[in-house]
Amino acid sequence: MSQSLLEEVKNRDQVFSFLRPAEQPALNVDKQILLYLEGLSVSFDGFQAINDLNLYVRDGELRCIIGPNGAGKTTMMDIITGKTRPDSGSAWFGQTINLLDLDEPAIAQAGIGRKFQKPTVFEFLSVWENLELSMPSPRAVFSVLRAKLDGEQRDRIEEVLTLIALQEQRESRAGSLSHGQKQWLEIGMLLMQQPRLLLVDEPVAGMTHQEMDRTAELLISLAGRHSVVVVEHDMDFVRQLAGRDRTVTVLHQGSVLAEGSMEQVQNDRRVIEVYLGE
Amino acid sequence: MLWKLIREDRGGQILLAMLLLAIIAVPLLNGLPSDHPLHIPTYTVALLGKYLTLALLALSVDLVWGYLGILTLGHGAFFALGGYVMGMYLMRQIGERGVYGHPELPDFMVFLSYDSLPWYWLGFDSFWFTVIMVMLVPGVLAFVFGALAFRSRVSGVYLSIITQALTFALMLAFFRNEMGFGGNNGLTDFKDILGFSLQSRETRLGLFIASAVALMLGYLLSRYIIQSRLGRVCVAVRDAESRARFLGYRVENVKLWVFTLSAMMAGVAGALYVPQVGIINPNEFSPLNSIEVVVWVAVGGRATLYGAVVGALLINYAKTWFTTELPEVWLFALGAIFILVTLLLPRGVTGLLRRKEAV
Ligand SMILES: Nc1ncnc2c1ncn2[C@@H]1O[C@H](COP(=O)(O)OP(=O)(O)O)[C@@H](O)[C@H]1O
Ligand SMILES: [Mg+2]
Repeated sequence: MSQSLLEEVKNRDQVFSFLRPAEQPALNVDKQILLYLEGLSVSFDGFQAINDLNLYVRDGELRCIIGPNGAGKTTMMDIITGKTRPDSGSAWFGQTINLLDLDEPAIAQAGIGRKFQKPTVFEFLSVWENLELSMPSPRAVFSVLRAKLDGEQRDRIEEVLTLIALQEQRESRAGSLSHGQKQWLEIGMLLMQQPRLLLVDEPVAGMTHQEMDRTAELLISLAGRHSVVVVEHDMDFVRQLAGRDRTVTVLHQGSVLAEGSMEQVQNDRRVIEVYLGE
Repeated sequence: MLWKLIREDRGGQILLAMLLLAIIAVPLLNGLPSDHPLHIPTYTVALLGKYLTLALLALSVDLVWGYLGILTLGHGAFFALGGYVMGMYLMRQIGERGVYGHPELPDFMVFLSYDSLPWYWLGFDSFWFTVIMVMLVPGVLAFVFGALAFRSRVSGVYLSIITQALTFALMLAFFRNEMGFGGNNGLTDFKDILGFSLQSRETRLGLFIASAVALMLGYLLSRYIIQSRLGRVCVAVRDAESRARFLGYRVENVKLWVFTLSAMMAGVAGALYVPQVGIINPNEFSPLNSIEVVVWVAVGGRATLYGAVVGALLINYAKTWFTTELPEVWLFALGAIFILVTLLLPRGVTGLLRRKEAV
C-alpha cells in the first residue's frame, strides 16, 4: 500500500491519479440494449418507492411508461440520472458504463438527457442562451470561460430553434415564455445535448392539443437515432406515441406490473384494476 | 478587447469613466491652495480611497451573490485577511522606529516577550511576497472552505450561516494574543509603504489612485467572467442548479472557482484599505461587517456589478455623515434604508436608472 503510494508520488511523468478525471469506458451496445435496470429498490423513510424494478430499453427504442401517481416513475428517472442512489440493484448504460458509479454531470456527459416533470429552463437567460448552454462542448470551468460559438454550432442552434418553433423568441427571456413554450424549450435543450438516451417526464402537461400532436411527432422522429423513454399520464398521447407495436410499460407501486403493446396492456386485467379502469 | 467587455454595459461605462476622471481630478483638486473652494483636503482623499476599497469588496460579493446565488455573509473575512497580510508588511517596515526600538520585532511582540519572529511572519518584509500573499491567503481559505461546502452541496441559508461562522471563528481567533497578530489591538502605528511615508500627501494620493485602478481592474475582470459563457453558466446555476447538473456542468467546480476568485478580490480590497485607515484589528472580522456588505449590494442593485459599487459608495458616504452628525441613529438608518429599498426598489437604486427590461 505505502509502496504503491510512494510509486505514485515518485512517478512524475503524469499527474496524480486522484487529480485525473475518472476515465469513462466508451458506450457499448453490442447487445442492442442501451439501458439495463435490474433489481432496483429504493425507499424513503420506510416507504418503498421503487421495489425490485427490472427494465430494459433497446437501443433506438421509444418506450412509454405509464402508471398512477406515486408509482415511482419520476424516482426511476432520478436513479438513472444519478440524483437518487438506490438501496440495491444495478443500473447500466450499455454494457460498460455503470451508472451507479457516476454523478449527475458525469451521467449527462455519458449521454443521458432528462426533461423534468416541471419544466425547468434557465428563466433569466434568453432562449438562445438556454440552447447555447445545452450544447455538447467541454464542461471544465476554464474551457467554459473561453468558449466561443463557431458557425456550425450557431447553425445547430438555429436548426433546433426552428424545430421547437421559437425562432421569434430567441432573444426573449425564457422566463417570459408560456408553459407550453417552456416545455418545448426544454425539449430543445435536450436536442442540443444530443444524448443517446432521452428521459422525458410528462412532456405534454399544459400543452394544447395541437402542441401535443407536434410533440408526439417530434418524439417519434427522434426514436432510432436516440432511445427515448417517455413517462406520461395522458392516455391519448400515449396511444399516439405507442402506435401499434411499440412497447408500453406499466409501473405500479415501484415495480413493473405489465409490459407489452398498448393493446395488450390495455386488456391486461391487473392493469385495468389498478389504473385504466379507475 | 477591453471595450468589448463593457460594450453593452452602460452602467459600467459610466462607472469606469467616472473612476478615470477621479484619478485625474482628485490629485489636481488636492493640489489647489487650501482656501480654494474646490480644494479637496488630503484626509478626504484618504476617505475616498477607503470608499473605493469597500466598493471593490462589494463588487466581489455581487459576483458570487448576484450571479451565482451564493449569499455569502462572510466575505468580510477575506477582506480582513488581505488587510492583515498588508498589515504584517507595514509592521515589518517600522523596523527600529517602534516604541521599543527592536530592529525586527513589532512592538506588541516585544511587549509579549517574543524572542524571535514567528515563522509565519517571515517574508513579509518583502513587498512582492506580500502582494502574492494578499491574494493567496484569502484564496486558499476560500478554496478549502468552498471545496468542503460545495462538494457536500451545502447551499442556501445553511451556507450563509457557515460563512458567518467562518468569519466569527476567525474573529475570535484573531482576538487571542497567542495568534501572534497583536490580539485585540491588531496591527497599527504604520510608518511607511515601499519607503514612502504613509502620512504624506503624495502617498495618500498614490493609495487613492491604486484603489481606483484596483476597482477598475476588478470590474473588468468581473465583466470578463460575466459576459463569457461561464457567466451564463453562473446565472444558470443560480436559477436552476439541478438543471445545470443534468446538462453536465460540475456546479461545485463553477462555484468553487468563482468563489475563490471573489475572495481574492476581497483580499486585495482589504490590503488597500489598511494603509489608508492606518489600522487592522479583529473587529474587521465581525459578522456584522459582512452582512453590511450584502446590504450595500442590495441597495445598489444586485447582479449588475456597477450597482454594488454605487451601493457601497452611497451607504458608506451616508455612514460617514451619520457617524459624525447623528452617531446613535446610524444603525437604525441603515436598517430603514435596507427595508425601504427591499420593499420599494427590488432592483436597487440603479434599477431606477435602468430601462425596463423584459422580466
Ligand atoms: N425525495 C423523496 N423523499 C420522500 N419521498 C419521496 C421522494 N421522492 C419521491 N417520493 C415518494 O415516492 C413515491 C413515488 O414518487 P414519484 O416517483 O414522484 O411518482 P410518479 O412520478 O410515478 O408520480 C411517491 O409516493 C413520493 O411521495
Ligand atoms: Mg412523476
